[in-house]
Amino acid sequence: MTIQEIATHISGVIVEGEKHKIDPVECAFASDLMSDVLTINTSKRIMLITGLANLQTIRTCEMSEIKVILFVRGKKVSEEMLELAQENEMVLIETPLSMYRTSGILFNLELSPVY
Amino acid sequence: MNFTFSVEGGDFTNAGAASSHVKKMMKQLGVDNGIIKRTVVALYEAEVNIVAHAYNGQIVVDIEEDKIYIKLEDEGPGIPDISQAMQKGYSTASPKVREMGFGAGMGLPNMKANADILNVVSEVNKGTVVEITNFFNAQ
Ligand SMILES: Nc1ncnc2c1ncn2[C@@H]1O[C@H](COP(=O)(O)OP(=O)(O)OP(=O)(O)O)[C@@H](O)[C@H]1O
Ligand SMILES: [Mg+2]
Repeated sequence: MTIQEIATHISGVIVEGEKHKIDPVECAFASDLMSDVLTINTSKRIMLITGLANLQTIRTCEMSEIKVILFVRGKKVSEEMLELAQENEMVLIETPLSMYRTSGILFNLELSPVY
Repeated sequence: MNFTFSVEGGDFTNAGAASSHVKKMMKQLGVDNGIIKRTVVALYEAEVNIVAHAYNGQIVVDIEEDKIYIKLEDEGPGIPDISQAMQKGYSTASPKVREMGFGAGMGLPNMKANADILNVVSEVNKGTVVEITNFFNAQ
């Protein structure tokens, strides 16, 4: 599934990384716990679904080689998050939908879980 | 090659800055991506631990031809029981740390999983020393 398709299905807005919108995403992981995110295998093109919107969310993804982050429940990306994401060529998406609803919709569209 | 970074306890804005630098250096040197990821994940967990649990600290990074050696030394409360702290789920993190997305008690076990050699030494009311070594020719 492409980033654009994902955004469309969950009423999402791509707030950073528009130019990567036709890039594919192979699997997803949903968590607000960064120490959890740091344990997962990220050899595939993975997207993080999270309700945690702060600088450490971006840092964690930088270290974990996660290039796509989807913020749920209307969480807003701050200016400093945006800058760090730009530096790392990341894609940031915002959706008003809840974590459960977002994950359910994408799971039904056969976006695979990491495990 | 030798580099030194300093880390401020409680400063979540800059937490990860040192890890980010090290990642860029390793990329420039052409180190295998899998080894870069293992190293920076272990380092980032250790860096965040200084920010989350200690007062201040210093990170010394030594990159040699065949390995990277990182020493993180902090002034802080120390860890009374290291084998307990190494267990998954054990955490004394404050609510503020939890708000930042940390404090699941997974950092030390994850550091162990991502380091070829991990060494943790600590003295209560003084501080903690974490040493991480990863070899570039592993597997
Ligand atoms: N540098 C340190 N100084 C003092 N105590 C520490 C330090 N590093 C770890 N600890 C202690 O060891 C515990 C376990 O550390 P660990 O990194 O595994 O989990 P955490 O930091 O609490 O949560 P997580 O890493 O999952 O975000 C901490 O909660 C803390 O009590
Ligand atoms: Mg930790």
